[in-house]
Amino acid sequence: MDALKKRRLSLMKRLVTLIFIIVILWASSLGTEVSISSLMDGLPGMGSLFLEMLPPDWSYFSYVTEPMLETIRMAVIGTTYGAIVAIPFALLSSRNVVKWPVIYFPFRFVMNLIRTIPELLLAALFVPVLGIGDNAGIMALSVFSFGVIAKLAYESIEAIDNGPLEAMTAVGANKIQWIFYGVVPQVIASFVSYTLYCFEINVRAAAILGYVGAGGIGLYLNNTLKLFQYQRVSTIIIYTLIVVVIIDMISNKCREKLI
Amino acid sequence: MIEFKDVLKIYPNGTKGLNNVNIKINKGEFVVIVGLSGAGKSTMLRSINRLHEITSGEIIIDGKSITKARGKALLRCRRDIGMIFQNFNLVKRSTVLRNVLSGRVGYHSTIRTLLGLFPKEDINIALNALKRVNLEEKAYSRADELSGGQQQRVSIARALAQEAKFILADEPVASLDPLTTKQVMDDLKRINKDLGITTIVNLHFVDLARQYATRIVGVRAGEIVFDGPVEEATDDVFSSIYGRPVKQDEMLGAKV
Ligand SMILES: Nc1ncnc2c1ncn2[C@@H]1O[C@H](COP(=O)(O)OP(=O)(O)OP(=O)(O)O)[C@@H](O)[C@H]1O
Ligand SMILES: [Mg+2]
Repeated sequence: MDALKKRRLSLMKRLVTLIFIIVILWASSLGTEVSISSLMDGLPGMGSLFLEMLPPDWSYFSYVTEPMLETIRMAVIGTTYGAIVAIPFALLSSRNVVKWPVIYFPFRFVMNLIRTIPELLLAALFVPVLGIGDNAGIMALSVFSFGVIAKLAYESIEAIDNGPLEAMTAVGANKIQWIFYGVVPQVIASFVSYTLYCFEINVRAAAILGYVGAGGIGLYLNNTLKLFQYQRVSTIIIYTLIVVVIIDMISNKCREKLI
Repeated sequence: MIEFKDVLKIYPNGTKGLNNVNIKINKGEFVVIVGLSGAGKSTMLRSINRLHEITSGEIIIDGKSITKARGKALLRCRRDIGMIFQNFNLVKRSTVLRNVLSGRVGYHSTIRTLLGLFPKEDINIALNALKRVNLEEKAYSRADELSGGQQQRVSIARALAQEAKFILADEPVASLDPLTTKQVMDDLKRINKDLGITTIVNLHFVDLARQYATRIVGVRAGEIVFDGPVEEATDDVFSSIYGRPVKQDEMLGAKV
C-alpha cells in the first residue's frame, strides 16, 4: 500500500518535472525568438560564408603568431595568479581545516560570488579600469581561475582522509605544520590537476577576450570579421584550434601522470 | 607517569564516555585496556593527548597538567606522546621516510619543517626508527605500496622518531591478520622493554591482552571495573569486565 503510494508519487514528480522543462524550453525560445525555421533560413548564408573562408590566408599565420603567443601568455599568467590566491581561500573555506563557521562561511560566500561572474564580463569590467590590452585580460582570467580552482580545491580538501590530520595533531604539530604535512600531500595532485584543467579553459577564454578589448588574438578575429577578410578569419580559427588541441593534449598527459 | 584525576567525559549528545576515572600509569608499564565495544576505551586513550577534551577533572603527564596546557605547552606535551591508530593514519601518497619524519616537526621551527629542511641528525633518527621495525629498506617507497602490517610498523616508527616517552595505541591490530598482528605487537613490546617507553594499548582479543600486558585495565560504561597485574586477570575477571562469559571470537587463537 505504502510502496504503491510512493511509486505513484515519484511518477507524479517525474511528470511534473517533464512538463516544467517543456514549458521552460518553450518560454525561452519565445523570449529569444529562436525557431527551427529561422535556423533553416540561415543555413544557405552559413554555407556561402564557409566558401568565402576558403582557402585560408596562409601568409597571415606568421602575422598572428605574436598575438597568439600573447594569448597563451595571458592564460598562463592568469591561471598562475588565480591558483596562488585560490590556495589560502580554499583552505580557509574548508570545514575540516578551519573549525569556525564565522571564518569559513564568509570565505565560501566570496568564492561563490566571484564564481558566478563570467570571464567575458570580468574582462569588460577590467578594460575601463586597466585600459585596453592584455593587462585587463590577465586580471579577468586571474579572477575567473581563482573562482574555478578555489571551489574545486576546497571541495577536494573537504573530502580528504581525516586520519593523517589526527596523526599530525597527535604528533604536536602546529596549525601550519598540520596543514603542510596533513592536508597538502593529500590534495596537491588534484590541485595541480585542477590548475591545468583551468589553464585549458583559459586558453579558450583568452582567445575571445580580445572582443572586449582585453588583448590576445580575439582582437584580430574581431577586426578581420568586421573587414570581411574571411580567409584571414579562417586562418585565425585554424590556428586557435591547433593551439588548443596541442595544449589540451599536453595538459591531459600531465594530468594522467598525476593520478 | 600518566595520572587521571576524577576524569569525566560527557559527549555533546549526553553519552557518558568516562565516568569518574582515577588511575595512575607508571613509567615503563605495558598497559592493555579491555572492554566491550562502546565501553570507553578509545575515549580514555584519546583524552590523554587531548584528541578529545574532557568535561571535568584533570590529566597529569609527568607532573604537568595537559588539561591546563595551552598553545605551545600543549604541543610540547603532545610531542612526548606517540599515537598508533587502527587505520595507521599515514599520508598514503608520501614516502615512508617523510611519514616518519613528520614525527619530528615538533622539534623544529615552522619554516624549517615547511621547507623539509630536517637536519642530518633527524634523518638518522628516522632511519633508525625504521630499522627498529625492520623497514629500513622501505624508506623511499610510497606508504601505500606497503602492506597493512608494514604501514602500522611505519606508524610505530613515526612515534619512535617523535622520541615519545609514551605510546598510545588504539586497536593497533584490529585491521591486521593474525601473523602481522604478532609482528606489530612484538614490535610494541620490544620498544617498551628496550626503550622503557610507557605503552597503553586498547585491544579486544583476550588472549593477546594476556600475552603482552604487564597490567590490565577493564572498562565498562566509562568506568574502570578492573585494574591489576596480568596474573590476576583470570577468565572470571574478563567475564566480569564484559558482563558475560568470554566468547570464542574474542580470542585471536580462534582466528588462526
Ligand atoms: N563523538 C562522539 N559523540 C557521541 N558519543 C560518542 C562519540 N564517540 C564515542 N561516543 C560514545 O561514547 C562511548 C564510548 O565510546 P568509545 O569509542 O570510547 O568506545 P570503545 O570502548 O573505544 O569502543 P570500540 O571497541 O567499539 O572502539 C560509546 O557509547 C560511544 O557511543
Ligand atoms: Mg574504540
